[in-house]
Amino acid sequence: MPTPEPEKLADPTLTAIVRKSFAVAKRGFCLDVEFSAAPGFTVLFGPSGSGKTTLLDCVAGLTTPGAGRIVAGERVLFDADSQVNIPVAKRGVGYVFQDLALFPHLTVEQNAEYGMAHLPRSQRKNQAAAMLQELRIDHLRQQRPAEISGGERQRVALARALLSDPCVLLLDEPLAALDAMTKAKIIDDLRRWNQAHGIPILYVTHSRDEVIALGERVIVLQDGHIIARGTPHQVLSAPHQETVAQLAGFENIFDATVWLVHEDRGTMTCRLPGGQAGVFVLLETPLIRAEQGSHVRVGIRAGDILLALRKPEGLSARNVIAGQLLSVERRDMMISARVNCGVEMEVHLTLASRDALHLMPGGEVWLVIKTYSCHLMQR
Amino acid sequence: MSIDWQSFRLTVELALVVSAVLVVVGLPLAYWIAFSRWRWKFLVEATVALPIVLPPTVLGFYVLVALGSQSPLGRWWQSFTGHTLAFTFTGLVIGSILYSLPFAVQPFSAAFASVDRKVLAASATLGASPVRTFFRIVIPLSVPGLITGVVLAFAHTMGEFGVVLMIGGNIPGVTRTVSIDIYDQVQASNYAAANATALLLLVFCFAVLTAVYGLNRTTPKLWTMGPVK
Repeated sequence: MPTPEPEKLADPTLTAIVRKSFAVAKRGFCLDVEFSAAPGFTVLFGPSGSGKTTLLDCVAGLTTPGAGRIVAGERVLFDADSQVNIPVAKRGVGYVFQDLALFPHLTVEQNAEYGMAHLPRSQRKNQAAAMLQELRIDHLRQQRPAEISGGERQRVALARALLSDPCVLLLDEPLAALDAMTKAKIIDDLRRWNQAHGIPILYVTHSRDEVIALGERVIVLQDGHIIARGTPHQVLSAPHQETVAQLAGFENIFDATVWLVHEDRGTMTCRLPGGQAGVFVLLETPLIRAEQGSHVRVGIRAGDILLALRKPEGLSARNVIAGQLLSVERRDMMISARVNCGVEMEVHLTLASRDALHLMPGGEVWLVIKTYSCHLMQR
Repeated sequence: MSIDWQSFRLTVELALVVSAVLVVVGLPLAYWIAFSRWRWKFLVEATVALPIVLPPTVLGFYVLVALGSQSPLGRWWQSFTGHTLAFTFTGLVIGSILYSLPFAVQPFSAAFASVDRKVLAASATLGASPVRTFFRIVIPLSVPGLITGVVLAFAHTMGEFGVVLMIGGNIPGVTRTVSIDIYDQVQASNYAAANATALLLLVFCFAVLTAVYGLNRTTPKLWTMGPVK
């Protein structure tokens, strides 16, 4: 049973204990989380289906948790025990949906002013004009959502949510469809806005880059449970669980044995067992406190591996491994190649490098991996 | 052997009154059908749809019984106004409302149900009450379906025959509608007069439908979202 927190006045922190079970086709899904989000960004990070959006819906009141308690500052939004369930419209929670949900029949200006119905007209106009200007979309005032670009729509949705003067802001992958430049600008705008307002912002993403760009605090969700929390550095750089590792973008994860420890050089050699008996791969990795012969796990990002057609020489990288291309697949604007070098590794490269190297399945290649691209984890 | 303008005017009047009442009654009913999660909702849906399949004479018969001086409703009305509802314009309106109800309510509720739920959720998170959401979001986004419903109800009432005959009879200027008039003319072998009236009704209905569908063609496109550019 959740114990009521002491409620301090004027502390806008969001505290949420949420339990909710679903009977999703064939398999049950259970969301069971407990966290608090101080003013500023809190990133909810996790794969799709981990319960991020459901959690936001619970905070917004669009979904009712089976049990728990949600408190924003001094206001109890939901409490299963005392049967408090403030209706969505009275919660004062700003929500930018993943698909934005702009009102298609209203202009940009009307969209922006929608949540300010309680204010007098002149005040509404002034605040909306200032916000649209701040987000650099004031020239689109009279346009409808269908007539503006994706990035502009994102900003309209953001302006609309911010103008409703929320006590908590929920952002569900609001920048997923944008290029890095636009993303960075909008994040800056949001930061600036929140310096004056100081409300908790829950930011859902499954992009590692966004976690690093935003991150003050990260909560990692997996299958409805929080599996890690901390700063982006704590959560991503030193993954302590394999799920986090995969989330953090380690496409290649191997069980390995410490083969040699080079304390003088600050490195170790780890042995990855190969697919066939007697075949194994040696990798030079950073030194951690581990005995020779102990078991570790090595994670390597697919984007950190170089491919070469001939054995490269005169490199600083310590790991140069021969292999054979198994497959070369295009994924959106990127190439994912699978290479068998005793173990199977996934390598990501650009379309241009595929064409320059004439990569074809069956071809001989060399993998180049820097020592510090090998991330060691506990097993 | 000229066109009976009196019955034509009466019919248009009836259709207008019925359409107006169906907007007032049909919108909340359609809203409830589109958004209610009541488990027995399908019973209400079936009842609303009943006039589509029911022979008009059956519906007309029961309405006649319900409005007559033997029924509580008929007695109440009689104590109130001094005459029965049967064979009056008001009685005709009541019968026609029931008869045309599904033609208004079904397009209405289909239009409401197709409004993106995320947009409704967004409205709620921005502090809008359900009533405000209804008038600012649901109604404007349902305009094509609402027009379709009103026009279908109007056209359907314009052409009704069986219910009118059962409830209203054939009183010129009170309950004699165009279709009754045509029937009379044919019975009296006045084929030319019947043809003139029938043609007028045909042209009128076609013109109304053409105007509505023509207008409807342009409105919804403006509001649909293109792909994210």
